[in-house]
Amino acid sequence: MSRTAIDRLLVAGGVLLAWQALHHWAGEFAMPSPLATVLTAGRLITDDGFASHALASLEAVALAFAIAAVGGVGLGAWLGASRVAGAVAEPILTALYALPKVTLYPMILLIFGLGLSAKVAFGAIHGIMPITLFVMTGVQNIPVVFIKAAHSLRMSPSQVALHVLLPSALPELLSGLRVGLSLTLLGTLIGEMFASREGLGYLLMQGIALVEGDQILAITLILFVVAVSLNMLLHRFERRARGRYGADAGL
Amino acid sequence: MSARRIAFLRIAVVALAVGLLEALCRLHVIDPLTMVPPSAMAAGLAELLASGKATDDIVATTRVVAIAIAVSIVLGILLGIGLHAAPRLKRAVAPLLTSYYAVPVFVFYPTLILIFGLNEIPMIIVGAMFAIVVMAINTMNGLDRVPRSFEKTARVLRLSPLQTIAWIMIPSAFPYLISGIKLAVAYCFIGVIAAEFILSTVGLGHAIAFAYNEFENRTMYALMLLVLGSVTAINLLLYAFEQRMRRRRERI
Repeated sequence: MSRTAIDRLLVAGGVLLAWQALHHWAGEFAMPSPLATVLTAGRLITDDGFASHALASLEAVALAFAIAAVGGVGLGAWLGASRVAGAVAEPILTALYALPKVTLYPMILLIFGLGLSAKVAFGAIHGIMPITLFVMTGVQNIPVVFIKAAHSLRMSPSQVALHVLLPSALPELLSGLRVGLSLTLLGTLIGEMFASREGLGYLLMQGIALVEGDQILAITLILFVVAVSLNMLLHRFERRARGRYGADAGL
Repeated sequence: MSARRIAFLRIAVVALAVGLLEALCRLHVIDPLTMVPPSAMAAGLAELLASGKATDDIVATTRVVAIAIAVSIVLGILLGIGLHAAPRLKRAVAPLLTSYYAVPVFVFYPTLILIFGLNEIPMIIVGAMFAIVVMAINTMNGLDRVPRSFEKTARVLRLSPLQTIAWIMIPSAFPYLISGIKLAVAYCFIGVIAAEFILSTVGLGHAIAFAYNEFENRTMYALMLLVLGSVTAINLLLYAFEQRMRRRRERI
């Protein structure tokens, strides 16, 4: 086992210890123990109702992420390629990125009504900003030499896009998609909490309404495990892309 | 293109977007029950502020958010410094930090109410919990990018660790700290307003939810404009500050 893997296990152990300590301090009702939470999570996952809520969330996250990814990559590529458009848009985008979008939930509800489209919209507006910003930076940082070389090789625009622009912006693109996926997940969950009758966010809100600490903690644990695994998987792709196409790839 | 023309274009783009929204609302392409025109939002906000009906909510939210921001900036910077100083620990917790924002931390708000009671403390904790990590990540990134020669110079000048942090590391990482603060402000607002939506008796989030339930669209949009406008104003101030620091640095 590598040293990092051992360190990570140690960190996980530390988190569990802190959690257990918190449990003793706050009491069984407010803060269930790690063991009890894992058991509750296991019971939840095998429960009949859970699968349909999880699928509803998955569907919403997938749709929201598809919208955020297509929109963000398109917008980011355009803003990155045009110097003026990029300079005009950058502070506007960072301002929009930093808005507390949770405030907008009544508006989203009024526009889309209660249901799938409301939470998809909520997820997409959270995810699109970081993807746009990362892709824009990635495209802006493509060395001009690459494009000149492509022109002197008489490559067609589609060849330039596929063989030159995409590979050299790939590391940033993947970072953007990774951060965008996390925020899409957050946005969709917030959407489900405030504007939906199904999904894991709705289950969380139910737990909150009924003050079921064990339920809240178990769902949060499941979500966190899923988020960490997805993140680590995407991180691995990213490192590989950086090694092959990144600045230190020996070009 | 000159910086001035770009700034002009930027204002034109924003004005055009607001104008388009106004036209769509006025022509009833957007149903008045769905959204009121931007001019009506602004007028509603002016009335609301003049009537003093929202003053208690504004004071309550501002207080909680301000405390949460202060706590998260201080603790976030300390955490960032600690992680920078311990690269092994940093590598080990990296997946936790990058996944932190995929889960809405404010789901712990009810638990915190059980522990601390229905007062400001759970809200402050929720806001700060949400913002600390982004502050720590930005601090860490800034410190990681301090040029090695700076650190060597500090050693040559025999600066103590505290002096090195205060005079070399923090000033060098400053642009990153400002980015961190910008996001920390936003995350504190998100945490506190979400908490106010979930359960609270006062505050802007509570007032927005109340107006929504009473179908008082004008008040609701006025309050939303107030929140989003304040955050944007703080953001623009920090952005202007950041640009000035950057220009000063380029001159050196």
